[in-house]
Amino acid sequence: MKLKLVVIGNGMAGMRTVESLIESAPDLYDITVFGAEPYGNYNRILLTPVLYGEKRVDDIMIHDFAWYHKHGITLYCGPDKTVVDVDREKQIVIARDGTQAYYDKLLIATGSVPLILPIPGRDADGVMSFREIADVEAMIEKSETRQHAVVLGGGLLGIEAANGLQQRGMNVTVVNRAGHLLNRQLDDQAGAMLKKQLESKGLSFKLGCTINNIIAVEGHISQVELSDGSVLQADLLIMATGILPNMMLARRIGLDCEQGIVVDDSLRTSDPAIYSVGECVQHRGELFGLVAPVYEQAKVCAQHLAHKKAPVYQSLQPATRLKVTGIDLFSAGDFAGEAGAEQIVFIDPALNIYKKLIIKNSLIAGVLLYGDTADSAWYLDLLKNKIDISPLRDGLIFGQTPLSVAA
Amino acid sequence: MIKTQIKTTCPYCGVGCGIIATVDDPAGHQVSIQGDPEHPANFGKLCSKGAALSDTVSLENRLLYPEVSGKRCDWDTALDAVADGLTRIIRDYGPDAVAFYVSGQLLTEDYYVANKLMKGFIGSANIDTNSRLCMSSAVAGYKRAFGADAVPGNYEDLELADLIVLTGSNTAWCHPVIFQRIRKAREKNPSLKIVVIDPRRTATCDSADLHLAVKPGMDGLLFNGLLSFLAQTGALDKVYIDAHTEGFDSALVSAMASAGTIADVAEGCGLTAADVEQFFNWFAGTRNVVTVYSQGINQSGSGSDKCNAIINCHLATGKIGQPGMGPFSFTGQPNAMGGREVGGLANTLAAHMELDNPEQVDLVGRFWGSDRVAARPGLKAVELFDAIYDGSVKAVWIIATNPVVTLPNADKIKAALKQCELVIVSDCIEATDTMDLAHIKLPALGWSEKDGTVTNMERRISRQRPLFQASGMAKPDWWIICQVATRMGYREAFNYRTSADIFREHAALSGFENDDSGLVRDFNISSFAGIKQEQFDQLQPVQWPVTDNAPDGTARLFGDGQFYTVSKKAQFIAIQPRPPVNAPNRQYPFTLNTGRLRDQWHTMTRTGLSARLNAHKPEPFVEIHPADAAEYKLKTQDLAVLESRWGSMIARVVTTDSQQPGSVFVPMHWTAQLSSRGRIGALVNPVVDPCSGQPESKQTPVAIARYPAKWYGMILSRSPLMITGIEYVVKIKGNGFSRYELADSTQPHHWRQWLETIRSKPVENNDWLEYSDPELGAYRSALVIDNRLDCCLFVSSTPVLPEPAWLATLFSQETLSRAERLRLLSGLPPMGGEDCGRIVCSCFNVGEKSIAKAVKTFGLNNVEEIGQRLSAGTGCGSCIPELKKYLSQNAAADRA
Repeated sequence: MKLKLVVIGNGMAGMRTVESLIESAPDLYDITVFGAEPYGNYNRILLTPVLYGEKRVDDIMIHDFAWYHKHGITLYCGPDKTVVDVDREKQIVIARDGTQAYYDKLLIATGSVPLILPIPGRDADGVMSFREIADVEAMIEKSETRQHAVVLGGGLLGIEAANGLQQRGMNVTVVNRAGHLLNRQLDDQAGAMLKKQLESKGLSFKLGCTINNIIAVEGHISQVELSDGSVLQADLLIMATGILPNMMLARRIGLDCEQGIVVDDSLRTSDPAIYSVGECVQHRGELFGLVAPVYEQAKVCAQHLAHKKAPVYQSLQPATRLKVTGIDLFSAGDFAGEAGAEQIVFIDPALNIYKKLIIKNSLIAGVLLYGDTADSAWYLDLLKNKIDISPLRDGLIFGQTPLSVAA
Repeated sequence: MIKTQIKTTCPYCGVGCGIIATVDDPAGHQVSIQGDPEHPANFGKLCSKGAALSDTVSLENRLLYPEVSGKRCDWDTALDAVADGLTRIIRDYGPDAVAFYVSGQLLTEDYYVANKLMKGFIGSANIDTNSRLCMSSAVAGYKRAFGADAVPGNYEDLELADLIVLTGSNTAWCHPVIFQRIRKAREKNPSLKIVVIDPRRTATCDSADLHLAVKPGMDGLLFNGLLSFLAQTGALDKVYIDAHTEGFDSALVSAMASAGTIADVAEGCGLTAADVEQFFNWFAGTRNVVTVYSQGINQSGSGSDKCNAIINCHLATGKIGQPGMGPFSFTGQPNAMGGREVGGLANTLAAHMELDNPEQVDLVGRFWGSDRVAARPGLKAVELFDAIYDGSVKAVWIIATNPVVTLPNADKIKAALKQCELVIVSDCIEATDTMDLAHIKLPALGWSEKDGTVTNMERRISRQRPLFQASGMAKPDWWIICQVATRMGYREAFNYRTSADIFREHAALSGFENDDSGLVRDFNISSFAGIKQEQFDQLQPVQWPVTDNAPDGTARLFGDGQFYTVSKKAQFIAIQPRPPVNAPNRQYPFTLNTGRLRDQWHTMTRTGLSARLNAHKPEPFVEIHPADAAEYKLKTQDLAVLESRWGSMIARVVTTDSQQPGSVFVPMHWTAQLSSRGRIGALVNPVVDPCSGQPESKQTPVAIARYPAKWYGMILSRSPLMITGIEYVVKIKGNGFSRYELADSTQPHHWRQWLETIRSKPVENNDWLEYSDPELGAYRSALVIDNRLDCCLFVSSTPVLPEPAWLATLFSQETLSRAERLRLLSGLPPMGGEDCGRIVCSCFNVGEKSIAKAVKTFGLNNVEEIGQRLSAGTGCGSCIPELKKYLSQNAAADRA
């Protein structure tokens, strides 16, 4: 008799775990998955190209329904199948429509929810986030009839949304509280280069301010008032100010939660039968928003679920890429450089290239690449493996040394 | 279009190679250069410098217009200013208050009229020449021994010899084509032995069977030892000594007293007894011996004696006058010999006649039609500039030479000219350290425009023929001198239309009363006294004497044992060897040696214009033994301050065990035009040989210390830069750019702003690439205009900066690719690109990395295979020693 595994959340983290688990222990579990969106598992990162029109929804599916069928996975998906409760004593999961499933092991992979700032007027029609397929569909629809879009938040998601809407023909202004774009991924120098490059594509920016008030006409957004006193026309406002771990359910059922669902090095929650992976977790005080560390969690978690020799999850250096055509950027580690850190910098403004390496004790502590990310994997490797760069230092920022020199 | 082919002669060293110049574009000064296969000096070969002559004939840095007091003017104004100035000073202070300082770069015809004007009509012998610095000791040696300044043998003797002794001569670099002939001779004659006597292990030693790394300046002792040995071992040719020489006994007494045993010689010369004995045995046991000597012998406080110590050994064994033997002085300049023939030295008169011989003074006076011919020697170069410094000489006309760089104690020369009342400089070059001090600047023809004759070091007269019309307002030196002479009132004596007119007169003087009625003179080209213009134009290379008895010239002298002394016997000179005048001491513990580089010529006014000639050794450097370097905390690539009692300089450190401990070597070429602190002449002691007046340029006590640079930099720039306030700056010519090597002990506050200020052109386009690694003191930036590299700067706190070979290639590109831009500030080419490394072979532009790669890839084992694959070493051949060294190091590395 197989063990029963229930997964709450049909997203990239949960399904990556399932996929690894099937690979390493195909016959160990009967698997049941609950998802709140009416799709298979899709690649949320590729929502941006869907917004541009470069890809269709079908193109971004990682696991379609046939895959679940083929592996004997029971999939409950759609708003009705949203899990509303877990009976930890009986080890039963309960969905909104009453669907129940017994588990021996439970995996919570509920991801994150957009942070919606408490701005007056935020309930108006045309104010939304950029998180799910439904959001993208709504944005595309607005772009076909409306002119002016405002994106609140100059992070990765905000810029991608702004760029996508601009591609769809809207006038877009990005409003960002910080003084430069991508302030969690870039320093001010790279942020300024990015701004210049995006401006040349037609985007507008309001940096160092935020939205104080949303003005609606007949229930639909029409303008936003900014903290600097200016007013922007707005038929659409995308809230892209960040994400929060989605731990509502976990908290309700009494798991230890702080900023996220607290997990140990084996991705187990405070309940030994319950694991958690993805953007909903908090590991050693750290939260996650990027795919690479999440996939690493999935791999480790699957090994534990499969009772294999248990690896320990170590948080990886986050690395970032922006999916805006013609703009390559990459950052990892402590790219801002603490006081006293050594910096190696290369800049070619005409090519819009800026590279910065942060060096501590002859090791790479941080990488920031803007405009040319060809060597990102190499730097990440040097960073992760703590390789002494002293002998390479002179040419380090120019990428891997040509072979002809070694001859 | 049929291109004109013109046969002419190379303007560099004394070998005098024949050249076939194909004029590709007369207006654009485009010419292709080949060796002349028919010329008996070189049979078609050229060295790297000769092969690169086409790079040096552009109008870049040419003086094209006369100037008086900084203002451009016409010729009449300039010539009047010269004539009036000289006439006034002669009137007020007498003829000895004026002086000419001329050059072995002049044609014989130029030289002849300069000498005629000063010694014949101004009536002073204050005309000396830069040949004073080069071979005046050799002249003194020949004259003392043979009664005439006559080179006994010729180049063919090197091929007929069974032992060649090269002493004080880095033949491989300084006379590369002759060295190739020697190398070839050895291939044909495996029993040919080569002994090199030199304190340094030079590239010449590469072919040596025996290298005697003699203690600096002790060659005289070595040859005295040889004379003693020859006497002790019965190797003397007593018949020859008795029949054809005088003074043997006293010479032997001196030799025995100073160097009576091999042990004494070995000790005094810093050599092993076995090596000394080997050399002595070879000399004693070989009939055909040629002893070549050059600046290492001549540039000495006892240079004349060293020459005679060598000649003594040849006379004592009768190894002279026959094919394959003889003492052979190698000269440095294309027409040093021509200058000797016309009497360009202050202590000779004309046509190998003497100032202190009243009959000859009278003879010359009658020939020239002058009653005021100088009757006593004038001031020799060092004395001459001392006299300018102390004000007794008030006007100097410097022609085709650069004494501010080349004379010893050169800072004093500069000070002397600064305070001199009238400084006239004739040159083809606009900016030289000497020209910068001129009151009157006179534009002379350059090599490619000159028309006349030169004599090489085997007495061979060859034509230099014009390839192009005169540029700008430039005129032949002889014309300028004759115009001044005319304005000074000597029109009749200087009324020549062409250089052939002058050559005819020169030839006539050489034959004038040159017969048994008086003292017969060696220099006689009387066959040419009636030469017609078209014959002159067609003149084939010929060795003097050229007389009715020897209309086709004379290959060798003294075959009959007859010399030009009163007794017609050769003279032994008793030699007491002397060490260098200034010995190293605690304050100045090293002996500074100076010399030439393979790819440079004199003060780089021409070779400095050729990018390919500036790739091999681009900066002033100091070679030092590794043990000395370690003691003074110097590493290769560091900068060092060298200081003597007379001056100081900064040079790049090269550690090498080819240098002996206690000695350092610095090349002589760099000027203030190309380097801020690279003038070695400033350090050299103003010691001269009492007999020849030649400076002791090879031995000066110096101190050395690491230059405390805070940063080292390199700039490559398409347009010239105005770099001021930086302690160490060297400018290097590249192909389409100039390179600057920099260092200083203080650092500009903001690198890019600094770079913008030194660019003379304002930066309109702000396309700057920048790299910084402040922790290592590294900063690099590049200015790109219209996607074309304009300028790049590399700064480091260590002296290790990128090899510029790849960067250099970017200046010949119209655009930069993205990949090139991304790699630009690394100094290394993108993936797949080729970095050829430092240029080793200048003829074919082959770099050390290309050589290393080819050796590895194709398993090349010898120089010939490298040549077949890369052509390296197959041009002038002067990089062959370096190729061999690389191969042997490589083989050693493989075995390890």
